[in-house]
Amino acid sequence: MKKILVTLVFAILPSVVLAAGAGVPLDHMKPDLEDQASLQRGAATFTNYCMGCHSMKYARYERVANDLGIPNELYEENLIFSDAKIGELMNIAMAPSQAKNWFGNPPPDLTLEGRLRGPDWLYSYMRAFYVDESRPYGVNNSVFKDVGMPHVLADLQGVCAHKPETGAEKVVDPLSGRIVSEGGCESYAVEGSMTKAEYDETIYDLVNFMVYMAEPSRLESERLGKWVLIFLVILFIPAYFLNKEYWKDVH
Amino acid sequence: MQKLIEWIDARLPVVTAYEKHMSKYYAPKNFNVMYFFGSLSMLVLVNQLLTGIWLTMSYNPSAEGAFASIEYIMRDVEYGWLLRYLHSTGASAFFVVVYLHMFRGLMYGSYRKPRELVWIFGMTIYLCLMAEAFMGYLLPWGQMSYWGAQVIINLFGAIPVIGEDLSLWIRGDYLISGITLNRFFALHVVALPIVLLALVVLHLLALHEVGSNNPDGIEIKKNKDENGIPKDGIPFHPYYTVHDIVAVVVFLFVFCGVVFFFPEMGGFFLEKPNFEPANPLKTPEHIAPVWYFTPYYAMLRAVTVGLFGLPAKFWGVVVMGAAIAILFVLPWLDKSPVKSIRYKGWISKIALIAFAISFVILGYLGAVPATEGRTTVAQILTFVYFAFFILMPWYSRIDKTKPVPERVTG
Repeated sequence: MKKILVTLVFAILPSVVLAAGAGVPLDHMKPDLEDQASLQRGAATFTNYCMGCHSMKYARYERVANDLGIPNELYEENLIFSDAKIGELMNIAMAPSQAKNWFGNPPPDLTLEGRLRGPDWLYSYMRAFYVDESRPYGVNNSVFKDVGMPHVLADLQGVCAHKPETGAEKVVDPLSGRIVSEGGCESYAVEGSMTKAEYDETIYDLVNFMVYMAEPSRLESERLGKWVLIFLVILFIPAYFLNKEYWKDVH
Repeated sequence: MQKLIEWIDARLPVVTAYEKHMSKYYAPKNFNVMYFFGSLSMLVLVNQLLTGIWLTMSYNPSAEGAFASIEYIMRDVEYGWLLRYLHSTGASAFFVVVYLHMFRGLMYGSYRKPRELVWIFGMTIYLCLMAEAFMGYLLPWGQMSYWGAQVIINLFGAIPVIGEDLSLWIRGDYLISGITLNRFFALHVVALPIVLLALVVLHLLALHEVGSNNPDGIEIKKNKDENGIPKDGIPFHPYYTVHDIVAVVVFLFVFCGVVFFFPEMGGFFLEKPNFEPANPLKTPEHIAPVWYFTPYYAMLRAVTVGLFGLPAKFWGVVVMGAAIAILFVLPWLDKSPVKSIRYKGWISKIALIAFAISFVILGYLGAVPATEGRTTVAQILTFVYFAFFILMPWYSRIDKTKPVPERVTG
């Protein structure tokens, strides 16, 4: 019986180890929700470039302004382009029926995209557009094949001339210390206004903002959670000794 | 105060009830950590009821409004995110403590005579809890809510002759729709909680009638002192109430750690596809039930051949149903002269370990996409799961047991 058990464990182990999912390798990014400047820049990029087509209809402008430390008037003047009031939901004017005609599928609402796709996916996706004349908008994406979305940030990044590699390791020449390859885009068909590093930074901020947006309560939760756990640790002390006191006579 | 209690007691037996269930309920004094999970499940039940009531205040049970109302709770309702995470984490925590509570019963033979009814009420609670969790899971109206419900309700379609009509009757529509959502909401927040509470009362009444089992599996009532109090017994209150407070604090520490810091629990408590609203036209790549159902889901998928002209799916449903049904008859399968695993022989010990391991691995297999190799493993483990029960009358009888002591061993 023991032999069978051991055999069974060894038979099962490989299937457990192989469980890690396949798919496109992704570049890693670590969101920093404490970095308000980054979140503000991300909010600006989102409003200027994404919100023409993508709503964030479960969130309110006011909450974003308050959480990101942007004064309400400043936010209303610079980051609300419709006649919406600051307390309203972040809807867009584009009708889904029109959008379906233009893009094949209406662009999805992005309030929860940071949780649905995760930061790594978004960070890689936004840096993975490349020239592909066979596609209706002239671009394809190495993370999301044949995506219906045009490269909205082409003005900033430019358009990559080849299919960029995501999730690549940085290779450094050990003698000269020069970076031999680091994945991502290496040559551009159309030049953009930003350097590669600047663009990566912009996307980092954008994704950081989207991660915040998907769960705006995260920081508050962790702040409160710390105190709750500290309280429980303190509560443990009287609970433990109360129990000990009662049970000391029981044998 | 004393007068008030006397006045009430003359009209309602509160003192008798308090004594019977608390201050003069004699529980064995040798409970170990495995005995915490009963009271912890009560705690989680209360958490689910309270947070559930408050969530209901802001939730909108319609196909058009459900998803948005959850986000409204998460963003606009004061501490709505906390209520929701307490409820979603509570659902998983409920199954964690209930599974451990059941495993305790298996280890120490708590289902054996005279506690058969305690076990059966407990199993009915488990069944009711599964229905409650399944229906609650549809309410956020995310992609996984929708398609999970779709897959499970379609299972009823595998039953010959009446199947299709039965699943139509459950859905109330030709596909999962707002109608299904509304009835699941009614069942989740009204009908099933009432049944659940009633069953918990029955579970406890039956338990307090026969008395608690203990890690030695000895009947403490056989050894009473001159006052008729079991020598190895100890009043539940205050001894086990102060004991349970410690367990509650430790449990809450872990529970709150999840609630405040990892409410998604890596996709096991809140699945990623559920951050996208239900879309009947778009099937997710990989549909998996929440972790507490995955062992049964793995068994369902493990059945790959039809029999007697009925499709494999039907037999999968039968296997899944049987896996739960067989637990109900457990009290009559165990023929061992001793109750506790402490005094059972090595065959019973190996059987219990193999059973527990197979359940856990089946749970893993039910959560990941099926491959040929995994299906084979799931088939073997399904066999182990059933062998534990079906062979029990035989191995529990021939297994060598150790002598059981007269008094509990601490």
